[in-house]
Order: sequence, then structure tokens, then C-alpha cells
Amino acid sequence: MTDDQALRGRRNALKCMAYGGAGTLFVLAGGVFTPIDLAVAADSKGPAAIGKPLFVQISDTHIGFAKDANPDVNGTLNRAIDLVNGMTDQPALVIHTGDITHLSKPEEFDLAQQYLSRLRTTELHTTPGEHDTADATVSEYFKRFGSASHNRGYYSFDHAGVHFISLTNVLNFKAGSLASLGDEQLAWVTEDLNARSSSTPIVVFAHMPLWTIYEPWGWGTGDAGQLMDQLRRFGSVTVLNGHIHQIVQKVEGNVTFHTARSTAYPQPVAGTAPGPGPLKVPADQLPAMLGVTSVSQLQHPRSLALSDATL
Amino acid sequence: MRRRATRLLGHLGLATVCLLSVTASADSPSGVRVLIRDFMFSPMEVRTAVGSPVTWVNQDDEPHTVVSDTGLFRSGALDTGMAYTFTFDKPGTYHVICTIHPQMTATVIVE
Repeated sequence: MTDDQALRGRRNALKCMAYGGAGTLFVLAGGVFTPIDLAVAADSKGPAAIGKPLFVQISDTHIGFAKDANPDVNGTLNRAIDLVNGMTDQPALVIHTGDITHLSKPEEFDLAQQYLSRLRTTELHTTPGEHDTADATVSEYFKRFGSASHNRGYYSFDHAGVHFISLTNVLNFKAGSLASLGDEQLAWVTEDLNARSSSTPIVVFAHMPLWTIYEPWGWGTGDAGQLMDQLRRFGSVTVLNGHIHQIVQKVEGNVTFHTARSTAYPQPVAGTAPGPGPLKVPADQLPAMLGVTSVSQLQHPRSLALSDATL
Repeated sequence: MRRRATRLLGHLGLATVCLLSVTASADSPSGVRVLIRDFMFSPMEVRTAVGSPVTWVNQDDEPHTVVSDTGLFRSGALDTGMAYTFTFDKPGTYHVICTIHPQMTATVIVE
């Protein structure tokens, strides 16, 4: 096989991994995830019959972006918030997986906070994206969202028997390499997980993918393997990321990896453009490429199911 | 002051950028200019003299940063058309990355 053929094969494989459209609901039964089209799931008894909505993931709101790919990121974020507020069975948590703002400007953070405060859910959890830490002093994000992690950027919490871990992989960049968690954070997460039983459902979230999706564009975390070694013993692990503005999923043993759509603008499929910049699509196609992810908790077995909704 | 002036120049857009490309060269008082285009620093390696400024201009639709890997300088987010200037006061080889896209690297050799 020539290098060119290998590259094409890889691109096609990556394309097949990307889910689009109305959304997919993932149900875990006997250790195997079964994808169910969201429309089909809704047709039967609805997602509520499958499990209790646990939390909603929103990502890459990029407040401050105003270019052709979406001149109205404020409007699309607010539509996402309306979608969450309109859910009949309200989830308790919202998790924002980073790139809250586009340029880390104080006024962008202020506007984003104003919109996010409209959420009816009781708790908002966040992790920074590299667009949130691009200010010269790396301080604007932490001024507003740093208290949960004591300004370290990583923390954990429990909700409804599920253990959540918020990690940061945008502060420790080395030239020319993938994102990294760093030794200090890895030592902390090891200790945090050591205190949990293997039957505790685990949700881990960070901004950049915690598995390598496409190295030439930096879509991965170099030292994530050390984290995965710690997670392998758990019966139900859900790993959530943003950053790539499209849904890509992978299941590895009991670990389900899921990247979310952006509420702001889509990005090209890996390797199909010179770089991972904003993807311009006709205005009528844009809402189908933006969205939110909700996660339900299943009682029997005790595990988590994912579903995606477009705007 | 210099930084603010450079940012203002960047805001004036492409016309200013083109003008700079005519007036700026390695030997001119305005120093060396590096373009940021298609997620790359161009050129990826530049040579300059102590005391002569290096200016990076972002021509991508996506914001970038210009950050020294030793913490010597950090630009903040540069949106389309914005520029950042730094003047090196010691000779040496300096490595630069974009912290938004760390696969983007460049080298400045100061003589």
C-alpha cells in the first residue's frame, strides 16, 4: 500500500467514525454499547423511559467569534440554552467542555457568563479550552471559573452516585507535541481514583480529546495513556471532550469516548483541510452541525447513556 | 507603547499588511516580519539582530498566539489581521509556539 493509499484509508475510517444528523443515543447493556437513533428512541417510550437525564454537555461556545462560519454565536448558544431549559425532565448538571470564549477577552467571558446564567440547571461545571487561556496572563478564565478547582484547573465531584472528574489539558503545551495533562495532574487523578470502588460510574471531561484522533492537527493528549491505565478497572467510564467541533466516538472495553459538537461553528473532518479552522457551510445546514449532548443514567445496569441533539 | 501601535496597525487590515511587506525586510529599521498563515509560521526560521524587532502577523481566520517556550514573551490571542512585536536583547536561538495550536512551531535566531 502506498503512503497515499494509507492516508486515504485513514481519512475514510475517520469519516466513518464521525456521526452526524439528528443524534444517537448510546445504551450500555452487559458491557456493550448499543447505538440507537435518537428518533427511534423517542418513538418508543422516549429517552426518559431509558434512564434519568443526568447532565447535558455543551461545548465550544466561542463567544466573541463573528466570522462567516457563524456570525451569530450568541444566538446559537442561546438556542442551545433554550433547548436545555425546555427539557421536560431537567438534568441537574450542565458541563461546558471549554472554549467558552474565542479570544479570552474579559468582555467575552462576561457575556458568556450572562448567557450561561439563564440555564435552569442548578450546577454548571467547566474546563478551560485553549481559547480560554490565550490571554497574555492566563487569568481571565480563572477569575470567573477557577474557584471549583482552587485555580488548578482540575477537580472532582460526585452527583447521583456518579464520580465526575474535570481535567485540564490546555495549560501544559510543549512545542510541536500533543496536549498534555502533566505529571502533577496525573498524580492527583491517580489518588482521586484510588479512593473509588470499581463499580462507581466515572465521567471524565477535558477540552482537548483524551485519545488521539488526528495527530497532525494536535487532536489528542500525549500522556492520556497514563490516565486510561487508571480508568481501565472501572465498570463504566465515559470520557467527554470538545475542541474538534464534531462528534467522534470510540468504545474501548468499558470506556466510551465522545467528542461534542460546538454551539458556535463546525470544523472540517480530520485531514480534509489545511488546518482545523472554522468550516463555512450554507446557512440552512448550520443548525444540523451544532448541538448539545445529554447523558442519562440507567438504573439496571448502573451505567450511562449518551444522546446528541442538534440546534 | 510599541505593542499597542503594532496592534493598531494590525487592525487596519490587509492593506497595511501589504504595505509592510514592501517596507519591512531583515535589514530595515522595522525589523523582521513573520506571517501566520494556514496554521504555520512563515518562514519557520528567521534571523535577526539584537535590538531589531520581530513582528508576527496573523493572516488566518483562526486566532493564534506567539509564545516563547521559555516564557520570555507571550502575545495574547491575535485575531485575524492582528500583529505582535517583540525585540530580542540577547543573542541566541529562541523557540516559539502557538499555544492554541502547539503543532505550530518556529525558530528565531538572534545574532
